[in-house]
Amino acid sequence: MEKLQLSKDPYNIIITGVGGQGNVLGSRVLSNMLVRKGYYATIGETFGASQRGGSVMSHIRVSAKSTWSPQIPRGRADLIIALEPVEAIRVLMIYGNQKVMVLVNTRPIYPVGVIAGELEYPPLKDIKASVKELSSTALFIDATDEAIKLGNSILANIIMIGAATRMLEFPIDREDFNQVILGSLPESKLDVNLKAFDMGARMVG
Amino acid sequence: MSDLIDQNEGVQYLLMGNDAIARGALEAGVSVASGYPGTPSSEIIENLSKVARERNLYVEWSTNEKVALEVAAAASFAGLRSLCAMKQNGVNVASDFLLHLAGSGTRGGMVLVACDDPGGLSSVNEGESRHFARLVEIPILEPGDFQEAKDMTKWAFELSEEIKNIVLVRSVTRMSHASGNVRFGKLPDTHRHAEFQYHGPMLDPDVGQVTSAPVVYKHSLQQEKIEKTKVIIEDSPFNTYYGPENPELLIITSSACYLYTREAISLLGVEHRVGLLKLGTTWPLPPKLLKKYLSITDKIMIVEEVLPFLEENVMVLAAEHAKEIGAKSFYGKHDGTIPMAGELNPDLVVSALSKVLGIDYMTMPQEYESKFELPDLAKAPERERTFCPGCPHRASFWSIHNALQLDNRKGFVCGDIGCYAMARFACGFNVNKTLHAMGSGAGIASGFGKLGQFGMEQPVLAVCGDSTFFHAVMPALVNAVHHNSNITLVVLDNGGTAMTGFQPHPGLAINAMGDEVPDIDIANVCKAIGAKVEIRDPFNLEETRKTVNGLIEDEEGVKVLILKQECALSPDRKHKKSYNMRVDETLCLGENCGCNRLCTRIFRCPGLVWDKEKKKARIDEVICVGCGVCSYICPVAAIKIGEAA
Repeated sequence: MEKLQLSKDPYNIIITGVGGQGNVLGSRVLSNMLVRKGYYATIGETFGASQRGGSVMSHIRVSAKSTWSPQIPRGRADLIIALEPVEAIRVLMIYGNQKVMVLVNTRPIYPVGVIAGELEYPPLKDIKASVKELSSTALFIDATDEAIKLGNSILANIIMIGAATRMLEFPIDREDFNQVILGSLPESKLDVNLKAFDMGARMVG
Repeated sequence: MSDLIDQNEGVQYLLMGNDAIARGALEAGVSVASGYPGTPSSEIIENLSKVARERNLYVEWSTNEKVALEVAAAASFAGLRSLCAMKQNGVNVASDFLLHLAGSGTRGGMVLVACDDPGGLSSVNEGESRHFARLVEIPILEPGDFQEAKDMTKWAFELSEEIKNIVLVRSVTRMSHASGNVRFGKLPDTHRHAEFQYHGPMLDPDVGQVTSAPVVYKHSLQQEKIEKTKVIIEDSPFNTYYGPENPELLIITSSACYLYTREAISLLGVEHRVGLLKLGTTWPLPPKLLKKYLSITDKIMIVEEVLPFLEENVMVLAAEHAKEIGAKSFYGKHDGTIPMAGELNPDLVVSALSKVLGIDYMTMPQEYESKFELPDLAKAPERERTFCPGCPHRASFWSIHNALQLDNRKGFVCGDIGCYAMARFACGFNVNKTLHAMGSGAGIASGFGKLGQFGMEQPVLAVCGDSTFFHAVMPALVNAVHHNSNITLVVLDNGGTAMTGFQPHPGLAINAMGDEVPDIDIANVCKAIGAKVEIRDPFNLEETRKTVNGLIEDEEGVKVLILKQECALSPDRKHKKSYNMRVDETLCLGENCGCNRLCTRIFRCPGLVWDKEKKKARIDEVICVGCGVCSYICPVAAIKIGEAA
């Protein structure tokens, strides 16, 4: 295998969202694509009670050299993939920095406190402006809307992974994705997942 | 994950810590594995159950952790290698047997894997298994990364056979539920023969009886095993040192804290000033190795979770050898350098290390952090934990809450461990008022139910899940019936051990390996014990409410209400809509409704949202799973239930 190098080692990715959005699967798929290429990937994630409607975060550390801490230090994210818009803000305020890139799915999932009228959910345009203020690159895609067109809103996570691969410097592509899901998804779901991946990749050009 | 055995030796794979532990057990040739589900430990037994057939294993989800340990011990007594896995408080449950097992010793290699949960990320405690291991005098191994999680589990079986006693492998959430690269080793032949030998002299460890008596004799033998362990681990590859020959500061650490500490040293750029001693064998400590590294500097910092376990053991060792190694300054939990409660992370270690070394370190530049105060910056509203959309618990607690309100005698619910523990929050209408260990809801209720003698007139309820019922509620129910305690136990039967990923339990006709087994009917058990039993569907709100009212008005003895409805995440219900829900905007009265937005303000289902612009309730199509329950709560029947497409 060729000698791997990273312009920043470890490279830190956070996938954030709400329990039930397929956050954990997304982080596994992306990390498996990287491990196939010979990188070290360390994932830290919280599940269990936090799945029940709470904010969920996966930390991915990519390295050419070693395993890293499964928790990223404050202010040290390089790419944030937010499956839900306000979760991007929440994560930026802990792990953000001026150089961070952010990819956001624009479909809100309202916290029950907002549904009950106790809390305010900021307008999408304010979220967009704030994400831009707190990052170097901010991309917004309607991943859930596109996933619904593919027949299942849960595919938004794969659309986001497809889009994210276009923002990363790692040599990973559709074929790596294909190989990873071949081993982990039932055959009937392969085609629609590939379509979702391609759609994501197209959406960020 | 059958990937665990399909893949190739020598190649690196991405494995979760729990997968790595399971693979290590397979590489060691484990034959029997048992456990009780509990986050963050469940995937170990789950993984082994999936390869049971191919690898000739017997795997079971036992009724509780004590039984699980007994089942695994039997395999060891018959000469097989066995593993038992549980979360930290499972060790409390198993501890009575563990104490006696440690005294009797084992035969085939036996490993207890305990997954602790510093910070209580998925627990209502942050108790530690390490203290139990020291208490019952058995060795502890703690992996410092994912490769070690596999290699160490494998080696734990060898150590167990060498000292003829059980060995604890201690993991934590950030190891068990984190993932990293692991290189696989060989899988051994799967043919093994079990036989329990007892034909020899009574006290013979291999062919005698298996018991912890005579106590003092066996206890001394057990302590000799610990002394033997100390010698074996002096050269262990799981204890490593990186750093200069004579560092300014020596850090001693283990487990996930090793990764945090490495990160902290790297962030501060102090590799030339700090030595890092990572211990994989944390009890007993290897005395010569410790003496050697304690000699290289006078300042020692200890980084661990949660209580100062390593710290105190190192201090004792340093005191014993003070004449040779000199006096030391210790930094850690006792002097307040590191927090005594909660989990650690790289930032907390950086903060401690920078204090000890006198370095100024900013985690985030001031100019970036100051942006958080900008008046226009959007703020993320807090996301409280709630029951999933379609969860039967929301419906159950809705009815219990309404029944208690109508009853108006300040009734309350004693809570228990499971998703329904959240009923102390708004999602369960705050009806649960106590929360402790598995089965404690029923036990505490049994006590409350006897306080009528002292003038207490409040109705007493307890809740438990179906798996919890078998795990620890049955003795409490027997107690309540036998003592004629006036309580109502509500069994929230959702058809599996739902919170941890839907593992089977004795109430189901299937076991961990997918075989058909006899199922034990909860209603029949309760009736046999002598309780009055009712069964309802919690999705039928009105009938459930009426039944609860009837039961709590009946002041004679123990009443059991079984609310049967499958978990929304069960394999049968997941990703399937029962109904297509919609709000008829022409009927919805919005803010003018006399109920003051019962649907969204009180019911609080994530799938039923409030449209701020239209000022009407609305179904969120992406979130709603179509359970249909909300259609019964709207006073003007504006929430319509339709056939699923």
